[in-house]
Amino acid sequence: MAKEKVTPNRFNQISAGWNLAFTILLIGTSFFMLIPLVLVIIVSFSSEASIAYKGFSFFPSEWSLAGYKYLMKMGDQVLDSYIITITHTILGTLMSLAVMTLYAYVISLKNFKFRKFYTWILFFTMLFSGGLVPAYIMNVRYLQIDNTLWIYLLPSLVSAYNVIILRTFILSTIPDSLFEAARIDGAGHFRVFISIVLPLFKAGIATIALFNVVNRWNDWFTGMLYIKDSKLIPLQTLLKNLQDNIDFLKQNAQIAGTPDGLELLDSLPDQNLRMSCTIIVIVPILCAYPFFQRYFVQGLTLGSVKG
Amino acid sequence: MALPTVLWLIIFCYVPIFGLIMAFQELNITTGIFGSKFVGLRNFEFLFASTDAWVITRNTVCYNLVFIVINMVLAVTTALLLSELRSRLLAKSLQTIYMLPYFLSWAVVMIVLSAFLHRDYGIVNKVFISMGWQSGPVDYYQSRGLWPYLLVFINAWKGVGYQTVLYLAVISGISGEYYEAAVLDGATKRQQAWYITIPHLRLVIGISIILAMGHIFRGDFGLFHVVTKDSGRIYPVTDVIDTYIYRALTKLSNVGMATAAGMYQSVVGFALILFVNWVVNKIDPDSAMF
Repeated sequence: MAKEKVTPNRFNQISAGWNLAFTILLIGTSFFMLIPLVLVIIVSFSSEASIAYKGFSFFPSEWSLAGYKYLMKMGDQVLDSYIITITHTILGTLMSLAVMTLYAYVISLKNFKFRKFYTWILFFTMLFSGGLVPAYIMNVRYLQIDNTLWIYLLPSLVSAYNVIILRTFILSTIPDSLFEAARIDGAGHFRVFISIVLPLFKAGIATIALFNVVNRWNDWFTGMLYIKDSKLIPLQTLLKNLQDNIDFLKQNAQIAGTPDGLELLDSLPDQNLRMSCTIIVIVPILCAYPFFQRYFVQGLTLGSVKG
Repeated sequence: MALPTVLWLIIFCYVPIFGLIMAFQELNITTGIFGSKFVGLRNFEFLFASTDAWVITRNTVCYNLVFIVINMVLAVTTALLLSELRSRLLAKSLQTIYMLPYFLSWAVVMIVLSAFLHRDYGIVNKVFISMGWQSGPVDYYQSRGLWPYLLVFINAWKGVGYQTVLYLAVISGISGEYYEAAVLDGATKRQQAWYITIPHLRLVIGISIILAMGHIFRGDFGLFHVVTKDSGRIYPVTDVIDTYIYRALTKLSNVGMATAAGMYQSVVGFALILFVNWVVNKIDPDSAMF
C-alpha cells in the first residue's frame, strides 16, 4: 500500500485557517469516540456511595477500588471465563489459520483442475445459508457439541470471506513462476506450502489472525446460545449476564456458602463491579490494538478488492 | 489439503441447508428431523398472518438502508478531512481513535450505553433532572421514540471509524500527479476533492454498497438484542428478523416457525444478492462479484 501523502506538495496544502477548522472539528469528533470509555473507566474507580449519591459521574465524590477488589474475591468465575476466552481466542485462531491457509493455497493454484469447483462451493456459502436454526439443531442434537469447548472451535473454524482474502493475498503477492519452479525441482505440495507460501505470506496470515482474534475475543453469542455450564462461559457472555442480573456472579462465587460470604454478597458494589468487569474485558484488546493496527488496515483494504 | 475445509463445509454449511426442511414440520425435538410430522406451509402462514413479519422486515431493511447511507457519508467526509490535515501525526492518531470502538463487543457497548441511560444512575437522567428538563427519572429502555435515532447513532459510533480507515487508504493511494496537474490548472481544494478524490473513491464505495445491499436482510443481532437489553416495550422499533428468530427458537421453542423465518430471510437475501449483482453487471461489469 502506498504510504505517500495525498498532498505531497506544500503549495497544495489547505490554508492555515481551514487546517485549524478541520483540526478542531476532527478532535471534537474524537472526543465523542473516547468519552464513553473514559466514563466507564472513571465509574469503575468510583465508590458505591458516590454512585448512589451522584449517579455515574465524570467527577465522583469518592474514589475506590472496591469493584476490582470484589472481582478478585469472586475470582473463580472470572478466572474460568478468562481461561475460556483465551482458549477460544488462541486455539481457535490457530486451528482456523491452519485449515484456511491450506484451502486458500489449493484454490490459488492456477493449473489445478478443480480450482473453480472448490472456489464455488466455498463462495456459495457466503450467498446462501440455512441460518441460525438448522445450525443450532445440528450442533445441539446431532453433533451434541453444545456445552463443550468444541462449540467455540468447530462451527467458527472456517470463514469463507477470510479464505477468499487469503487467496487474493497469495495471488497478488506470490508469483506463479515460483510455484512452478519449486514443483519442477520436485517439491511436493506440502513442501511448497511450508517452505514457499508460508514464509512469503506472513502479512496475509497476520491480518487474518487479527480478524480472528478480535472476533473470538468479542464473541458473546456462542456462550449465550449454547453454554449452560458456568465453567465454560466466556468473558463477554459473563459481562452480558452481569448486566442481566448480578446474581449470576453471586450464585457462582465460591464464597456464597460461608456466613462471611453472605455478608459480603449483601454489600456487593453492583454498579461499579459491572464497570470494572467491563474494563478487565477490554483492556487486553486495547493493549494489543496499537500493535496490530497496521495489519488491520492492510487486511481491510485487501478485503474490499474484488475476490 | 483441501479436505478439512471440504468436510467442514459439508457438515456446517451444506447439511444444515437441508435442515430447512424443518420449516415445513412441526418439530419433535426428541425424535428429531426424521421423526417429525410435516405440516405443509402452516409455519409460514402463522408467520405471515401476524403483523410481526411486516414489522421485522420493515425494521431490518429500513435500519440497514439508513446505516449504509449515514455511515458512508460520515466516513467519506471524515476521510476527506483527515487527508487534508497538515499534521500527518495528528491524522494518524485520530484515525486510531476513530477505529477504537470497532474493537469493542456489543456486550461492552451495552454497558457503556447504560452508563448514560441507566434509570437511576445514568448520566443523562442525572443531568436532565438537575437542569430541570425532566421532573423525575425516565427509563429510556422503555422510550420507543428515542431508539430509532439512538440505534443509528450507536451503529455509526461503532462502525464509521472502520470505513474511514478504508477510504483513507484509498485516498493515500491516489497518485499525486493528478493533484499537481489540477493545481497548475488553478483548481481549488474543493474542486480537487470533487473531481479527483471522490471519483477515485467511487469504485470502493460501489463495492461496499453492493456487499452491504446483499446483507440488507440481516439485522445485527448484537445491536438489536444486546444493546437494547432485549427490552420488550420497544420491540416495535427494535425487533429485526434475527432477534425474532432467536426468540422464536429460545423463548417460544417454536423451531418450525423460527426455521420458516430463517428460510424467508435466507431466500429473500439470496434473491437480493443475485438481483444486485445482475444490476451491477449491467452498469459496471468490473465491480460485479460474479
